[in-house]
Parts: sequence; structure tokens; C-alpha cells
Amino acid sequence: MEILKKSQSGSFESSDIIILIEPVEPNSGRNIDIDSSVMLEYGDTIKALITSKLDSYNISDIHLIAKDKGALELTINARLETAIKRACNIQKATMH
Amino acid sequence: MKNVIGREIPEYINGVGKIDMFVGAWQKLKKGWMDEVTIPPPNKAKLPHQSKICQTLEEAIIKTSPKSGMTVSFHHHLRNGDNILVNSIEILAKMGIKNITLAASSLNEVHNPILKYLKDGTITKIWSSGIRGEIGKAISEGVLDIPVTIHSHGGRVRAIHTGKINLDLAIIAASAADNEGNATGCKGKSAFGSMGYASIDTRYAKQVIVVTDNMVDYPCIPISITQNFVDYVVKIDSIGDASKIATGSTRITKSPIDLRIAKLAANVIEHSGSFKNGFSFQVGAGGASLAVAKYIREKMKTSEIKGSFILGGVTSYGVDMLNEGLFNTIFDVQSFDAAVCSSLIDNSHHIEIPAALYANPFNCGCMTNKLDIVVLGALEIDTNFNVNVITGSDGTIRGASGGHSDTASGATLTVVVCPSFRGRIPIVKTSIHTVVTPGESIDVLVTERGICVNPLKPELEEKLIKAGLNIRKIEDLQIEVESIVGKVQEIEFTDKIVGLIEYRDGTIIDVIRQVKHHG
Repeated sequence: MEILKKSQSGSFESSDIIILIEPVEPNSGRNIDIDSSVMLEYGDTIKALITSKLDSYNISDIHLIAKDKGALELTINARLETAIKRACNIQKATMH
Repeated sequence: MKNVIGREIPEYINGVGKIDMFVGAWQKLKKGWMDEVTIPPPNKAKLPHQSKICQTLEEAIIKTSPKSGMTVSFHHHLRNGDNILVNSIEILAKMGIKNITLAASSLNEVHNPILKYLKDGTITKIWSSGIRGEIGKAISEGVLDIPVTIHSHGGRVRAIHTGKINLDLAIIAASAADNEGNATGCKGKSAFGSMGYASIDTRYAKQVIVVTDNMVDYPCIPISITQNFVDYVVKIDSIGDASKIATGSTRITKSPIDLRIAKLAANVIEHSGSFKNGFSFQVGAGGASLAVAKYIREKMKTSEIKGSFILGGVTSYGVDMLNEGLFNTIFDVQSFDAAVCSSLIDNSHHIEIPAALYANPFNCGCMTNKLDIVVLGALEIDTNFNVNVITGSDGTIRGASGGHSDTASGATLTVVVCPSFRGRIPIVKTSIHTVVTPGESIDVLVTERGICVNPLKPELEEKLIKAGLNIRKIEDLQIEVESIVGKVQEIEFTDKIVGLIEYRDGTIIDVIRQVKHHG
């Protein structure tokens, strides 16, 4: 899957995460920045979650910024999926 | 070695000596007397009409002839508005005094500026009931060679009585004082209420300075600190930031989770057997804990129950309950809002008490022993009901022991209220970073996801089940919480001990280790 445009999902509220995505040059790889209020407690799992989500969409070139305020995994997954679908233009809902 | 609740504590710690291990909440006290002796307080002499007035805090401090290696004490009734501690330490540092033991009854964010004096050897040892802000973080990262000692409010009095804390100089901020040093916290632009924690310092410190921004004609009434203990009196422009010392009246939380927890806790109290005419009551000053008072107030009115006394940190909410006739008396060791001050002055049933009467375990009976119901918070609680109120989820010092273990041990019904997790951080865990209050003192845990009764209290559990409350095993709750938030990564610590948790009887219940630096 290719990142076609900038997208975002989520918010800066506590217990939420905001995901920002932008396209990069082909073959430039994944550039992932994570900032979390629970970095010490969950940093590795957040990173693993993002990596596996990108894998499942076959995305190899991306700049992704995640700013987390203690979101639960299901929230992180939902925000990731929404941002990716928006960025790839495969979002089926009305919002693009 | 492991102590009785399974905490790994070395038998000897450099800079501290041999460790007296915690043996159980009442094990040491149950024989009815203590082997530790009370040290004699200093004798002093003043001539008639000799002036105690100093023009500046610096002048007063110089007159006490401070020396390197001294112990200096402060009270924390000014909370985050305190100007006095930082100013005093700066004066001592400027005089070249080193190796100071700081015995502040609690340390807050406002004291962050003294961090540089921990780094340069001005302050090398700390006793306190709580440490927040940059200082807590720096201590957790190992800024001091000698571990700090965290005591309870009652334990602090005992430690001073027995000479473990040997006060050379006490600097006491007051919102009103006269030229002899009679002082109160109830009057003036910087009023903060009760001076309960300062009382013991004035009796035992070799030198006592009263600092005020409100010099009144002799005598200063009400008298919280009496002149016979005061060496010097200083008038300065401001003892602190009034807006941060105490503001207005305390409001009940609007957080839906806190309110739900509080409502459940009130139901627990109602059906515990302790909710009856003449009961005594203590709640914390914020969050779910204070909100419990709101529901208890309603239940007292509908069931026409009248209580005996409210104890502890007092808010305007407690004062309202006193004025409504729901309770007979308030015993006030610390006031949390400005609205409390007028009640302390005007209401003869609102009584200021010293920390010794509040919670000191080494006397003929402190008031926490007379408590029926106390509602307390927690940063973490383990499946054995042990409670942490001192270190955060990242393992660093950021809280306060306060009166937690004092009230928990004394009360007939000790209720801990807390969410089961906060912003993905689990509160109910299999193991916690630090134990301040042993599980044997906790009767019931109330969270938004259910109520857990300590297996040591089967009769209580039976009563609550009969009342139709949702009682569940704490182990099940812990598993549920972990399934929601996920497994937390292990926080890494070194072997260096940066803090001791002293139980109220002087034994060591736990230690805090240095957090590994994350680059």
C-alpha cells in the first residue's frame, strides 16, 4: 500500500493518541517518531503495534508521528487504521 | 533479607546503619511500652523584656549560630505557596554551611530551587513525609549518597521524641505572630489554618525562629505556637504566595469515575457495621476520597445518624458537616482551604491538634487509634492489599506517606479508593514499587470495576455481600485490569538504595532503589 497524502487521526486528550502520517520518497523506508506519556511502561508495545499495523497494510515508505497520552491498545489500533486508510485513500466512510 | 511482608531490604545500609525490620503493624507496640527513650528537650533562658525581634530572616539565622552538619526543620502548612524553606536554605548556603540534614515535614514542587543544594553538598540528608517535584526525581536518580527517610506524620513526632531526628534549628512560618513568638496560622493575608505539624519542632529544636508577614499586637490569639518555645521572631514582607497556600473552599470532583468510586465506597461504609451514631470519620482532601464525604453526608441525613468527630486534614466540606450538626467536633492537624480558618477561630468544636495527638504511635493513644472510618487513596495497590503512595509507575519518588499508615492502622474500617487504572497505568497490580502501608491495615479496596475485601476480614465481606454489593477477588480484578491495559514493561533499578520507608513505629517497611537512567 502506498501513502498518497497527509492524514491524521486521534486527539491530544488524555487516554487518546494522535497519529500523523505523511508520504515520503519511494524506497526511503519507515520513519516513525513516538512520544508517549507512558513511554517507560509501554514504549516497546506501542512501537510493536505500529510496526505490525504497517506490516499488515504492506506499507514500507512512510513518515509516522504518534503522540500518545496513555491510550489503550484498541484505541491505538483504531487511530492507526483510520490514519492509514485516510492516507491511502481507502477510507470508506464519508470523511477523507 | 526479606521482611515480614516480603520486601527485600539489606540488613545494613551505608550512611544509615543496621536496619530495624518491619515486623507487623502492631507487633512492636502490643507489649504496651516502648524501649526507645524520649530525649530531653533543650532548656533555654531569656531575661525579662529581652527582645526576640530580628530585622531579617538572615539576622535571625545568624544569631542561632548555624554550623555544618546541623539539622534544620520546616513545616509544610504553606503547601505549594511556601517561601520560607527555600529562602532559609539559600541563607544557610550563602553562609557556607554544608552537610545539612533537612527535616521538612513535607517537600513540594515549590521547593525545586533547593535541588542545587543537594548537588553541591549543602544538604546531604533528608527526612520528610513526602517528596514531590524535581527533588523527588533527582533523589530517585541518586543525587544524594545517603538515602532519604520517608516517615509518616505520626512517625515524624516519634522520630523527634526519640532523637532519631535531632533538631538544631526550626524555622516556623506563621500567618500572624506577636513580638514574643506566640503565633497562629489562622489569621492574616497568608492564613493557612492549623499548625499541627509544627508543634513538635518548637518543643524539641535547640533554636526556634518564628517568621511572619503579619506582626500583631501582643498577645497573638489564637495561640498555636507558644512564646516559651520561641527564640527569635522575624517580620518579613511575605511568607508565601497566598493563592497557592490555601484557596477558597474545596470543591467535590466532577470526574464521573471518581464519583462512581465514591458512591460505591459510601455504600461499603453504610453496610460495614461502622456507620452508626457516634462514628468518627476521616477522608482525604481530593478526588474520590473527598467525594465519599458528599455521599456519606447524604446518607447521614436520610438515616439520621450523627457522628462523633472528623479527623485529619480538614476541608471546608468537613466544616459544613460540622455546622450542619452531622458531627460533634473537628480535630484539625492540617487545613486544606482558606474557608477553614474562620471556623478554627470561631467554633469551639473545631480544634487544632498537634501531630503528636493526631498520630504519634509512642504515647498513650493518638486520635488515629480512635478512628472508626478512614477513606484513603493509592498510587498502587498489590493483590495483598499493600499500598504505595510514594513512588509513581516509573519508580520515582513523587508522593507522600503523610498520615496514610497512621490512619490505616488505627481505623476500624480502612477503605482505599482509587481507579483500577489511570491513563493506561494499572493501579491494581501483582507487585508494587514501594510499600508504605501494609495490607493488613487495609480492609477494603473500592474501584470503578468493583469492590475487593481483604481476606483477613471475612465478616466484613459477608456483610457487604448480604447488602448486594459487587464483591470480587482482588486477583480477578488485577487480571481484568491487565487484560485491558496490557502488560507493563519492567522498570529497571540499580542496587543503590535512595530512600527508606520508615513505618510509623520506626521500623523499615521498604526501600526505594535508584532508577536506571534512560538516555
